[in-house]
Amino acid sequence: MTRAARIVEICVSHRGREGPLLLILHDVQCEFGCVDAEAERVIAHELNLSRAEVHGVVSFYHDFSAEPDPRPCIELCRAEACQARGVEELVASAEAAAGERVRLKTVYCLGLCSVGPAARIGDRLHARLNTAALVKLVQSA
Amino acid sequence: MTLVRISDDALALACGADAVAAAFVAASCTVERVSSWGMHWLEPLAEIDGIGFGPLFPEDVAAVLAGTSDKRIGAIADHPFIKRQQRLTFARAGKTRPLSLDDYADTGGWSALKRVKSMASPEIVAEVAHSGLRGRGGAGFPAGIKWRTVLEAQGPRKYVVCNADEGDSGTFADRMLMEGDPFQLLEGMAIAAQAVGAQQGYIYVRSEYPHAISKLNAAIELAREHIAPFRIEVRVGAGAYVCGEETALLNSIEGKRGEVRAKPPLPAHEGLFGCPTVVHNVLTLAAIPHIMVPGGASRYDSLGIDRSKGTMPIQLAGNIRHGGLFETAFGITLNELIHDIGGGTASGRPVKGVQVGGPLGAYIHPSQFDLPFDYEAYAGADALIGHGGVVVFDDRANMGALARFAFQFCAAESCGKCTPCRIGSTRGVELIDRIWAGGRDADAVEALAQMHNARKDRRSRDEDLQLLEDLCETMQFGSLCALGGFTPYPVRSALKHWPEDFT
Ligand SMILES: Cc1cc2nc3c(=O)[nH]c(=O)nc-3n(C[C@H](O)[C@H](O)[C@H](O)COP(=O)(O)O)c2cc1C
Ligand code: SF4
Ligand code: FES
Repeated sequence: MTRAARIVEICVSHRGREGPLLLILHDVQCEFGCVDAEAERVIAHELNLSRAEVHGVVSFYHDFSAEPDPRPCIELCRAEACQARGVEELVASAEAAAGERVRLKTVYCLGLCSVGPAARIGDRLHARLNTAALVKLVQSA
Repeated sequence: MTLVRISDDALALACGADAVAAAFVAASCTVERVSSWGMHWLEPLAEIDGIGFGPLFPEDVAAVLAGTSDKRIGAIADHPFIKRQQRLTFARAGKTRPLSLDDYADTGGWSALKRVKSMASPEIVAEVAHSGLRGRGGAGFPAGIKWRTVLEAQGPRKYVVCNADEGDSGTFADRMLMEGDPFQLLEGMAIAAQAVGAQQGYIYVRSEYPHAISKLNAAIELAREHIAPFRIEVRVGAGAYVCGEETALLNSIEGKRGEVRAKPPLPAHEGLFGCPTVVHNVLTLAAIPHIMVPGGASRYDSLGIDRSKGTMPIQLAGNIRHGGLFETAFGITLNELIHDIGGGTASGRPVKGVQVGGPLGAYIHPSQFDLPFDYEAYAGADALIGHGGVVVFDDRANMGALARFAFQFCAAESCGKCTPCRIGSTRGVELIDRIWAGGRDADAVEALAQMHNARKDRRSRDEDLQLLEDLCETMQFGSLCALGGFTPYPVRSALKHWPEDFT
């Protein structure tokens, strides 16, 4: 099946639901690692929206990206409660360990604010990180 | 066979609960996965015959079973952290299996929903109003008034929307409730639907909470018949803090950019898809089943102080020794919360300040720690209770850097609709950098002859501080929503109490 056909299939699977655009974008992002211009065109056509409308939505949200990034991704919380628990002191070593191979993404709060510094890899969560633990996570990502 | 109870809450998992559970299974124990007690410094916490052990690693299991473990904390229910609480919304925390309909029904579940089925809508609304319940999402608006507005509004259909975007740093009560007691939230939503005449409900959960999302989906499937004919669907956010603002949230569910809408119209009149909509925080809705049992509203009204009624699940976070969930009636002070209950900082160093109410809340100086936890008392001190998050900082924190972070966060998360927030936040970051640098000379553009109105001589630090004050005022009074409007609170409070961190 072509990519476009698959995206049409995703759109069809959400037919009948109120306000389906975000549901569709999540599915496309999850399956293809991005929502690119071609995907926007297909989705716009299926939902009878303009491409500008779809692009406006895609570009608004941090979770959707225009290009795929094949690198493993570690989301590190750098919000206030994790700052209070010392996350900023870990960042330099983590960045050094990540280099170009691993994507170290800053997020704001994972709901683990009493046991930070906290990080997320996919649906796996990690808490009480220190430099050694975070560097190990980066290396094994 | 020994029965061991261990939480499957995301925080317990992040601290390694699965490996500990597996070690108990390998030692021929039966393991039951329950909700979390909320004593986070003890997670992973195992409970055997009411006795707690934590924080555990898999290698501790042998000693726990042999009765020689030094991680024994005694009877959990008698632990001072638990004993001092008044748990209503979190009455089941630690005690029930989150997705067990039997456990839920055995602990009083669905009785409020059954009761309201035979009540007239205005009666239900009157009881909620009588309880004094106010919204727990931040603004503290009386729930009864909101319900009455939606009940009286005309529309082709009506909605109940649960705001589970919980983006504030230092908060996790919504997450714990959705993961630990999801049926209670569904029951609260079904009662709201019954009261206002809604057919469809949505729970908008942030994408950072995958465990809560799967628990809710499973719970909705299991509870379908209990809440029928009302239907509930989970919608997942996409990493935008501003989508916690109720009108941005509605736009997001509709599949639009999460831009804030101007009010009026209120969501109660024209909300989701233009229809009358009740929007409430998770904790507001989860309190409803306790209020709608016989005598519940009066009991709720009897708790708390002044106009802050009932209990608040307070979240102790950041640099605190005993972090976790502490539900208590309003009126408690920060001194009690941080020192008596929280045991001071985790680092053992002196407390420098705390931020209450998330990224838009003020930084509070230790000299104000006798302030009672109460909406009006906090407002009077230019502070915010918000969603009840308390983030503790030790003396190594740089409050100027935290003020700068407040602007930076606002810039990253601004929806872009209004100028004071969209542009002002970035100017704020630059200004604090300049204040640190001790003022600045005119830049290349300002120095151009054509820039008649631009200032040519050097700005002093005091002038930049005055500019910062002006910027805060513009943002506070010129922004459409509280993201731009409240960012000045952390900034101004940091500057007021710790001016030395701005040099
Ligand atoms: C920037 C911003 C973020 C917000 N985030 C949340 C949130 O994450 N959860 C929430 O319940 N309310 C949040 N609110 C408050 C909501 O707009 C709204 O007041 C609340 O959902 C109403 O529910 P309640 O009556 O139960 O408090 C936020 C408001 C603003 C301005
Ligand atoms: S204050 Fe900021 S987030 Fe709120 S409406 Fe204006 S631009 Fe959007
Ligand atoms: S602030 Fe880092 S998990 Fe909440």
